[in-house]
Amino acid sequence: MFRRSVDKDKPARGFQPLDDQSSRFLARKPSRDELVNTDSGYILYLEDITVSFDGFKALNELTLYIETGELRCIIGPNGAGKTTMMDVITGKTRPDFGTAFYGQRLDLLRLTEPEIASLGIGRKFQKPTVFENHTVHDNLELAMEADKRVWATLARRLSGEERDRIAEVLDIIGLKEEVSALAGSLSHGQKQWLEIGMLLMQNPLVLLVDEPVAGMTKQESESTAELLTTLAGDHSVVVVEHDMEFVRSIARRVTVLHEGRVLAEGPFEEIQHDAKVIEVYLGE
Amino acid sequence: MKVAARSSTRIEFGRWVRSCLVIVVAAGLVPCFGLEEKSALDASFQATVDLLKTRSFGEKAEAARAIAAHTHPRTLEVLTALLDAELYTERKTDRVVFANGLDGGGFNIRDAVTGEGLGQVGRRGAKKISVNNRLRGLLRGLIAGIRLDDKDPDDRIAAAEAIADGADSSMREVLDARLLVESDAKVIAAIETALVVFDLDANDETIRLRAIRASASNLDGRVREKLTGISNDPVASEAIQEAARETLESIEETVARYKTIETVFFGLSLGSVLVLAAIGLSITFGVMGVINMAHGELIMLGAYTTYVVQTLFPGALEYSLLIAVPAAFFVSGLVGIGIERGIFRFLYGRPLETLLASFGVSLVLQQAVKTIFTALNRPVATPQWMSGSFELLDGLSLTFNRLYILIFAGLIFAALVLVLQRTRLGLEVRAVTQNRAMARAMGIRSARVDALTFGLGAGIAGVAGVALSQLTNVGPYLGRGYIVDSFMVVVFGGVGNLWGTLVAGLSLGVANKFLEPYAGAVVAKVLVLVFIILFIQWRPRGLFPQKGRAAES
Amino acid sequence: MLLGRLIKQDWGRSILLGTLGVMCVVVPVANLLVPEDSAFHVSTYTVTLLGKYLCYALLAMALDLVWGYCGILSLGHGAFFALGGYAMGMYLMRQIGTRGVYGHPELPDFMVFLNWEELPWYWFGFDAFWFAMLMVVLVPGLLALVFGWLAFRSRVTGVYLSIMTQALTYALLLAFYRNEMGFGGNNGLTDFKDILGASLQSDVTRVVLFVVSAIALALTYLFCRFVVTSKLGRVVTAVRDADDRTRFIGYRVENYKVWIFTVSAVLAGIAGALYVPQVGIINPSEFEPLKSIELVVWVALGGRGTLYGAALGAVIVNYAKTWMTGAFPEVWPFALGGLFILVTLSLPKGVVGLVRSLPYWLALRVRYMYHKWGSLIRAKFSH
Repeated sequence: MFRRSVDKDKPARGFQPLDDQSSRFLARKPSRDELVNTDSGYILYLEDITVSFDGFKALNELTLYIETGELRCIIGPNGAGKTTMMDVITGKTRPDFGTAFYGQRLDLLRLTEPEIASLGIGRKFQKPTVFENHTVHDNLELAMEADKRVWATLARRLSGEERDRIAEVLDIIGLKEEVSALAGSLSHGQKQWLEIGMLLMQNPLVLLVDEPVAGMTKQESESTAELLTTLAGDHSVVVVEHDMEFVRSIARRVTVLHEGRVLAEGPFEEIQHDAKVIEVYLGE
Repeated sequence: MKVAARSSTRIEFGRWVRSCLVIVVAAGLVPCFGLEEKSALDASFQATVDLLKTRSFGEKAEAARAIAAHTHPRTLEVLTALLDAELYTERKTDRVVFANGLDGGGFNIRDAVTGEGLGQVGRRGAKKISVNNRLRGLLRGLIAGIRLDDKDPDDRIAAAEAIADGADSSMREVLDARLLVESDAKVIAAIETALVVFDLDANDETIRLRAIRASASNLDGRVREKLTGISNDPVASEAIQEAARETLESIEETVARYKTIETVFFGLSLGSVLVLAAIGLSITFGVMGVINMAHGELIMLGAYTTYVVQTLFPGALEYSLLIAVPAAFFVSGLVGIGIERGIFRFLYGRPLETLLASFGVSLVLQQAVKTIFTALNRPVATPQWMSGSFELLDGLSLTFNRLYILIFAGLIFAALVLVLQRTRLGLEVRAVTQNRAMARAMGIRSARVDALTFGLGAGIAGVAGVALSQLTNVGPYLGRGYIVDSFMVVVFGGVGNLWGTLVAGLSLGVANKFLEPYAGAVVAKVLVLVFIILFIQWRPRGLFPQKGRAAES
Repeated sequence: MLLGRLIKQDWGRSILLGTLGVMCVVVPVANLLVPEDSAFHVSTYTVTLLGKYLCYALLAMALDLVWGYCGILSLGHGAFFALGGYAMGMYLMRQIGTRGVYGHPELPDFMVFLNWEELPWYWFGFDAFWFAMLMVVLVPGLLALVFGWLAFRSRVTGVYLSIMTQALTYALLLAFYRNEMGFGGNNGLTDFKDILGASLQSDVTRVVLFVVSAIALALTYLFCRFVVTSKLGRVVTAVRDADDRTRFIGYRVENYKVWIFTVSAVLAGIAGALYVPQVGIINPSEFEPLKSIELVVWVALGGRGTLYGAALGAVIVNYAKTWMTGAFPEVWPFALGGLFILVTLSLPKGVVGLVRSLPYWLALRVRYMYHKWGSLIRAKFSH
């Protein structure tokens, strides 16, 4: 059952997870960067993750590492487990077994969705989900990195800096005109942008982006590609996408998932000519 | 025939009536043919009855014994009347008569021997033949003795019990005599119990001890009472007390065991009602994801259908339930389809609104029933075959109505499982339950499936109503209490899972009945509710959750 | 357009606060100063009735806070209302003192009747007004906190949650019917004499209670408005619309739900506490599931998600109820049932939504008329 996949480049996790015991000795609340220790150069460690629904294995001993600042594309046919993988990382789905670490210390499997989000893993859903009854501005404000506990939120007012930040993001996502429009009235592409904007407001360390260019025009997807490549470096970006054109335009490193496990991994050109990958995509 | 049989038996155990042997012989000597015989019998009976016209209670007792020993068909009536203080002497003629008091103060009198009506007399026209307590005890015994020869075994059992209650040791011989000729096992058991009761009071220690030992498997209340008395009786010897205690213990054990079985049975029958009520809800909730708050009222409609069927066919009471089941299925099913077509289908994807709208429907249905049938409870009769009880073991009997409802719930459940597993509709229903969008894409007309499923669920609610009409009062608010309970069952079992509903319903029913003796019915109910609220913490999707990707989202 | 601008302004707030302000002045004057034979006299009965409506309006607002803004359909808010009412009732009960039928200095009549020797522990402290008021807030609040924490933490949502809340009030109903609970069983608490030393029978006390209810409603409205327009309010609405999304941007959804649920329960408790001295009785029937569901229809009719709409709905339905149960008692359940169906099928935004859309609809008609007739007229003139 617990057959470990042999991986020669398996990166080492230096420290044990930061548990309650050790955090008690810190005089102040540790900052996000202290918690997410990425000294080894990797930010996400997924090992032997298995998720099954009624016998069907959505993920089958999936092992995947994401480097800090990397832009990784994940492709694969339907049912390959891409969305499930994101569910595991963001805490929505608990795997049957396997380990998932965020940095060297944080055990993702022991954290809740909001905790994971506050620690800097942002996610854009496949189907654009924005708060339709809120204005574009409010959508961004809600997503903004802040103290998100109940009482703090009750008395919360925007500071000048924060207003500037919202304006800046509005600029990036090109929704300046629609700032007080209800998000529900936006077009599909605009909603995609708004969601990306919300992701930016969270100021995450890791961005999980599920099919960002679905429903976008060619120009829009070009600017999305540009945005994502700019973000990589400061942030680690994981993109799930079907659009090969788009993948080609941004990808440095591509992982192919198939039947819940990694089929191939490497630069786009290499993957493109991989016999197994071709078989999965074209064969059968 | 009857007379002959009776006199022969009577002679068998006639030893104790030596004092009136003369009369018996006299009766036997009477020629036994035609009218002659009858009037001769009457005459001898008249003579015997006339013995009652004395002031001495001792002589009255003798007379009563003589009457009891007589072969005349009216002996029982005379003795009963004497016991009930309805036997008088008419002052004018000095005849012994049955007298019924009239409102005005006078009496309606009948001849005690012939039973012939003699009209009315004034308050002073008749004089009561008085009896004292001692005589009453004797009379009860004598009456029981006669009834012990009755044709109906149930009557014989009652008589044996009456004798045991009377504790008149002179009746022992009657019992002994009857035991020799009795063939019915239950009557034999009753007589033996009565004998044991007598023996427990015996002066002879060995007989007493034997009786105590023999009563180890006897669950009769009188025996237990006697044993308790003996075990605390300072006059009785140590050995007797000890034996009584031991026997009592073993009896208590058996009683406790039977009690448990009985509780389980009550629990199962309550559970089967819950299952019946919940299963329709489970189907509609599973398929459409909405709670039909009018579900309880659909149950109520089923119960009222039973009432209407019984009113329409008053002659066919025995078959009324057989007619009511399909009728109720039809009525509630149609109303259910009406609700679905008229309201629910406009509220797709808005489960909370559906809940509210269906609550509105439930109010309307309640008031409609109130307007048609008034707010009073309607009487629903129980057919003969449903009443009474089934004696599983001595001291452990299960009432027929609960037993039948348990079986009925099982049948309905099996039928439903068959429908869902083996028919096209079932296949479609399961498909829609699991993934509505996909089912539609496969060409299943989900609107039709919705309507039919709703009709099916509602129809089963109606059938549950028929069952409930046999257990509770049929009134406009019959269904109100069931919606929360049914929902709890559905939640506990897991939505859209028939087996889950079955297990959950039965186990909640049993749990409820087990809690009741300790906590009382209300607190038991509250505890079960609290338990389910906590249970959801642990398993939000119930005992048997639906799995799969569709269920995850 | 003028109409459009009027709508954009928050006329609901102005009307609600204005009406309450006017009532606070007019009703006392009309009851206490205007002579009884005058046409402008308002009877004490009416004052009490109006006060009752205000309490219902407050309760409706409390429910709207959770249902309209957070999407939690509670079918058990009557329970919090009743608990607040019982806390107040216990205080009023202790104020009776020796004036009860049995004249016992400490025990309420029903306890004497049940042969109780002493006051149960949970009745202690209720002779002090401050303590009772604390309990009015604490008891419903704590119950909501515990229940909400259990329910929301395990992500019980939608119809599940609704029925669980219904089960909650049902369980309390059963419990409060028991004499052993020590809350007067079937009959509940009644025969109150005075509150803070003032006789409950006097007109002045009635008017004061009315004014206090009006002020409480106004304050509740302002408080709720503050909450729903704050960032927290927007988070709560976000939870209503897409709770998963809210979770993934870092909000602990269950905490928000528990918070809003508890606040709402406290408000409902306050409504109950104001209600009891005015109607003079609190009994287990307030826990009836039907009452809690009826309350939902007030909010639905008025317009969920608008605080003043909830208040308006409470007043409309209760006025209709008062009138109809007097005039046609058999028709009322039909009307109420019909109202449930009508509101959910045809008035999803309630009366407020209808009124709001009315000017737009009118404007459309006017424009249509203008074009139709205008061209005709122009055609006439050009001839």
